[in-house]
Amino acid sequence: MTVLDHRHHTSVPGWRPGATAPRTDPAPLLPDASPVRVLGTPALEKYDPALLRELYRRLVVGRRYNQQATVLTKQGRLAVYPASTGQEACQVAAAMVLGAGDWLFPSYRDTLAVVSRGVDPLEALTLLRGNAHTGYDPRATRTAPLCTPLATQAPHAVGLAHAARLSAEPVVALAMLGDGGTSEGDFHEALNFAAVLQAPVVFLVQNNGYAISVPLTQQSAAPSLAHKAVGYGMPGRLVDGNDAPAVHAVLGEAVERARSGGGPTLVEALTYRLEAHTNADDATRYREDEEVAAWREHDPVLLMERHLREAGLLDDLLVRQASEEAEALAARMRAEFHSDAELDPMSLFAHVYAEPTPQLREQAAQLAAELAAELAAEAEVQH
Amino acid sequence: MSTATPVRTSTMAQALNAALRDAMREDRSVHVLGEDVGALGGVFRITDGLTAEFGRDRCLDTPLAEAGILGTAIGMAMYGLRPVVEMQFDAFAYPAMEQLVSHVAKMRNRTAGKLPLPITIRIPYGGGIGGVEHHSDSSEAYYAQTPGLHVVTPATVGDAYGLLRASIASDDPVVFLEPKRLYWGKDGLDPAAPVEPIGRAVLRRTGSSAVLITYGPSLPVCLEAAEAAKAEGWDLAVLDLRTLVPFDDETVCQVVRSLGRAVVVHEASGFGGTGAEIAARVTERCFHHLAAPVLRVTGFDIPYPPPMLEHHHLPGVDRILDAVARLQWEDRG
Repeated sequence: MTVLDHRHHTSVPGWRPGATAPRTDPAPLLPDASPVRVLGTPALEKYDPALLRELYRRLVVGRRYNQQATVLTKQGRLAVYPASTGQEACQVAAAMVLGAGDWLFPSYRDTLAVVSRGVDPLEALTLLRGNAHTGYDPRATRTAPLCTPLATQAPHAVGLAHAARLSAEPVVALAMLGDGGTSEGDFHEALNFAAVLQAPVVFLVQNNGYAISVPLTQQSAAPSLAHKAVGYGMPGRLVDGNDAPAVHAVLGEAVERARSGGGPTLVEALTYRLEAHTNADDATRYREDEEVAAWREHDPVLLMERHLREAGLLDDLLVRQASEEAEALAARMRAEFHSDAELDPMSLFAHVYAEPTPQLREQAAQLAAELAAELAAEAEVQH
Repeated sequence: MSTATPVRTSTMAQALNAALRDAMREDRSVHVLGEDVGALGGVFRITDGLTAEFGRDRCLDTPLAEAGILGTAIGMAMYGLRPVVEMQFDAFAYPAMEQLVSHVAKMRNRTAGKLPLPITIRIPYGGGIGGVEHHSDSSEAYYAQTPGLHVVTPATVGDAYGLLRASIASDDPVVFLEPKRLYWGKDGLDPAAPVEPIGRAVLRRTGSSAVLITYGPSLPVCLEAAEAAKAEGWDLAVLDLRTLVPFDDETVCQVVRSLGRAVVVHEASGFGGTGAEIAARVTERCFHHLAAPVLRVTGFDIPYPPPMLEHHHLPGVDRILDAVARLQWEDRG
């Protein structure tokens, strides 16, 4: 008898044979062997042309947003920008599958998802501009703050989804992570809680190949990141992350499963960041030009344009309209960031507690006095 | 309050249980979650009977994962609930430190006031119960160093009830440190007594010679020391801080100015501890009223020792009396 012999296990008190029996869930746990694709396949014909054109429009505008934000870092107008260039399909699809009452839990690279969800494009950049932490109202926009620590927003998504379900609200939470985030303890705890609580939550891992410089082969030995779902008892899905309708379809199915009481799903989207980790990174140190070139051929915007044109769903008019919209947004970003924002130093003390502690009141008075002295000194110089 | 019961004799553990029960009865948004809080009622029975009364959704046995517990509570609070989290033992809370420091403490600030997190994190803390390693830490300085958190630590049965009610009602996150070796001490409990606000120290014993400034598990030790000091001719006041953040500078300075001599007593390690902060604050504010330096009596700067040695580490009456003797500093020239 080997340790793999199940008859051995059945003699163990408390062993539940059912735990290894084939599952009868409507959703199989294991992902497909190869990523789900729609573009370039007959499946494309099943999609609503209006949806496809909307995806295209958002991809084009999103690409321009990424480019302009990167330029703004070079001009010193943004403190930092982790571009999602190359990952726009994941970003816009994540935003589009959510309803107004659903919640998005983005990571620091997901500014474009936040914008595509309807948050003002300039407010979404407040954190990265460096003048405040979160520029939008998370409750009003149902969008959590951009999360800088890795995977720590995932349990928040679980808790919110759990609370929504307790109140019988049909709310779904979508947490966005990178491949590096799947190595964090919070990722494990979030998935485990989600499955145990059967919380209406979807985890989207954008596997862009690198955690800053560390490639996926040194990040995980799993057959795919989507496989990680199986151990928690939730479906794992693997999708071509540069195929916008495919991401939209796979995420949409996961969101519907969550909303209808089917519990959580882990979706792995295979994608690539065409730019460096941030403007401060040098990607040439850890990846080959040939690799980048191959992914440029698989660019989500190009793929979409090529296949929609082939299918007769895209004409020059829509291309021009999308391009004009993108340029208008870029112009607005340049204009808005042309000058320094006016910041009130006293706001430092505004939101530490509901009521400032006596200690904070003292420190606020100290800063107020320093500011008054500065003003007086400036007035002195002018006289 | 409508659910109040008359004054009765209660342990601190029972008072905490009553506070949770009354808060859950009055406010449906109050949810308890943690490891073993359900059927078992918590390893210290603080959540005894809550699942039976309120159902498993409102007193939830979670997977064993502290970051997951606190992270989930954050999401629940974002949706409008008022979670009360139990960390089973002081040192077990460390896996949740990132959630606590990076999110719980900062969410109000990160979102310019749009997402306050009314979470209460109950942590049994401190030694003296014969626990093996990782069961007796005093971590209050870590929490007090983190802006955005309130840090509350009751030392009496009445405060255990009142301050826990106040913490749950607070719109800010509260780290609620329960001195586990005082869980079984009995006293009268009047749930109808007004709930004291967070942030006020209280004089437990008046005196004319010097003041012992303390909190949580060290309060009974200080009261005992004050009694013993009478034989040495010292009439000691004992001040119970009750809340470390916000800190009650006003009451502390008032007492120190009137007596001129002060000893801070806590069982956590001294270096970089809350005693250092208190001594510095008092010195800055009351320098001309001081007849001696502010002294500290604390645990040693060592990892918490094995239970058979812990009595050497924990500040006891003798170590406090030694410090009191050193308060005659000005007489030494």
